[in-house]
Amino acid sequence: MTINEKQDEIIEEFDLFDDQLDKTQYIIDLGKKLPPLPDYLHVDANLIPGCQSKVWLNSELKADTVHFEADAEPTAQISRGLVSLLIRVLSDQKPEDVANADLYFIDRIGLSNLVTSRRAGGMASMIQRMKSFANENAL
Amino acid sequence: MQTATYPTLDLAQIRADFPILDQLVNGRPLVYFDNAATTQKPRAVLDALAHYYEHDNANIHRGIHALAERATSAFEASRKAVQSFLNAREAEEIIFTYGTTDAINLVAKTYGRTFLGKGDEILISTMEHHSNIVPWQMLCEERGCVLKVIPINDEGELLLDEYEKLLTERTKIVSVVHVSNALGTINPVKYLIDKAHAVGAVVLIDGAQATTHIEIDVQALDCDFYVFSAHKLFGPTGMGVLYGKRALLETMPPWRGGGEMIKEVTFEKTTYNDIPYKFEAGTPNIADVIAVRNALEYVNTLGKDTIAAHEHELLTYATDALQTIDGLRIIGQAKEKVSVISFVLDGIHHEDTGVILDQQGIAVRTGHHCCQPLMRRLGIAGTTRASFSVYNTTDEIDRLVKGLQRVKTMMA
Repeated sequence: MTINEKQDEIIEEFDLFDDQLDKTQYIIDLGKKLPPLPDYLHVDANLIPGCQSKVWLNSELKADTVHFEADAEPTAQISRGLVSLLIRVLSDQKPEDVANADLYFIDRIGLSNLVTSRRAGGMASMIQRMKSFANENAL
Repeated sequence: MQTATYPTLDLAQIRADFPILDQLVNGRPLVYFDNAATTQKPRAVLDALAHYYEHDNANIHRGIHALAERATSAFEASRKAVQSFLNAREAEEIIFTYGTTDAINLVAKTYGRTFLGKGDEILISTMEHHSNIVPWQMLCEERGCVLKVIPINDEGELLLDEYEKLLTERTKIVSVVHVSNALGTINPVKYLIDKAHAVGAVVLIDGAQATTHIEIDVQALDCDFYVFSAHKLFGPTGMGVLYGKRALLETMPPWRGGGEMIKEVTFEKTTYNDIPYKFEAGTPNIADVIAVRNALEYVNTLGKDTIAAHEHELLTYATDALQTIDGLRIIGQAKEKVSVISFVLDGIHHEDTGVILDQQGIAVRTGHHCCQPLMRRLGIAGTTRASFSVYNTTDEIDRLVKGLQRVKTMMA
């Protein structure tokens, strides 16, 4: 699936919910399912700056795609859910596609208010780090 | 709406005085519990701002025309209102600043730079806001002074024995918060001031969180400086006050140079104006200063005792109600507290708590509350803080409790 196909799929899933609290519940549930990073990847170099809660991102080049894994501290369920959505959309895609991705799903599922203010600093930094890794590895 | 047991406080009327409260947030009636960050503004303050710009706007002090006269006289009337609010000896002891932070910086940059040198000690406390830490650290770096910190107990109270041990003839400034923004602790400032004076130190009290809750009498306290922000006192943002004793203010050099703060300027030498103007360079925040008088009048009309009694009832009610929630721990259990409750929920990040409360229309603050050293001392990353003001109700506290139960259900 392309990045945009994945975004559209997520938009469809969130369309099932009218209430913001139900959307948040869905994000929390996604967070609960996010597999934890192995301990050796919980290193400072993988820490995303600007997050209220600790978020780690590990980036690798696998064949001709970029592969991302991420984790957030266990109590920060909303961050974990947001992280899991970003991984779902951007991981295992071609570097140039990640670098040029327009992440419209964030607005469309009404996440912008979750990803705004102080939390935004962290999520925006995570997106930026994913994109810059992709950019470094783009053809 | 449940009314409190204070017949003089008409909560419905008070809430009607604050137009912002009547709105839906995320489809639910707004519950505003972020009053320690900033209070909402009563109609009288909003009207004063509009009135000034609609009728009186002019630059003050040097204008010869009618508008300038009106603006100047309203501006100076605010100074008198603040003087009376703090019970300062004279209006000239009231300096208008941009806020508490600005006022502390003014003292550090003028008094501090002039009178402190290598090895002199500045004493603050563990529960200070960053704005009462960083200006002193900057002064220490510049002048080679030493910053010392009064420790606290687990309840969030100053250890007074330790304070006395830290006071020596090297202590030149004691700068302590009157009321902790993160915990609500009311510090025994009169005691701290008297002890500091006994070793010859001057004392600055950071009153940012105190002025709405506590009667302030700077003469009775005998503090050397008292600072606060108007926006936490139902007034506009960008406006604060430095009270200083005349004798001290007169020995302090000006900080910012420019218009208004001068007597005479030549290219060879400038002589400075008298206090308070010496410290008020440039066109001040005229409209906001003027509107502060309306904020103070609002407080005086309700009566600080009445406000304090209502807030105390809210604090007691909330403390009892929150403690019924499993896994909720109140951070800051000082015997003397204002209506601020910081808490943590086991296994739930404070930011998640804040987000889910917001989605239910409830505004609280989460994080370290600009008190990172305090959070470190308490061994936590941050808290969720609900802070109550005169317009809040016990019904709203019930909404908070239900909101927190929803947070727990969602996270389970």
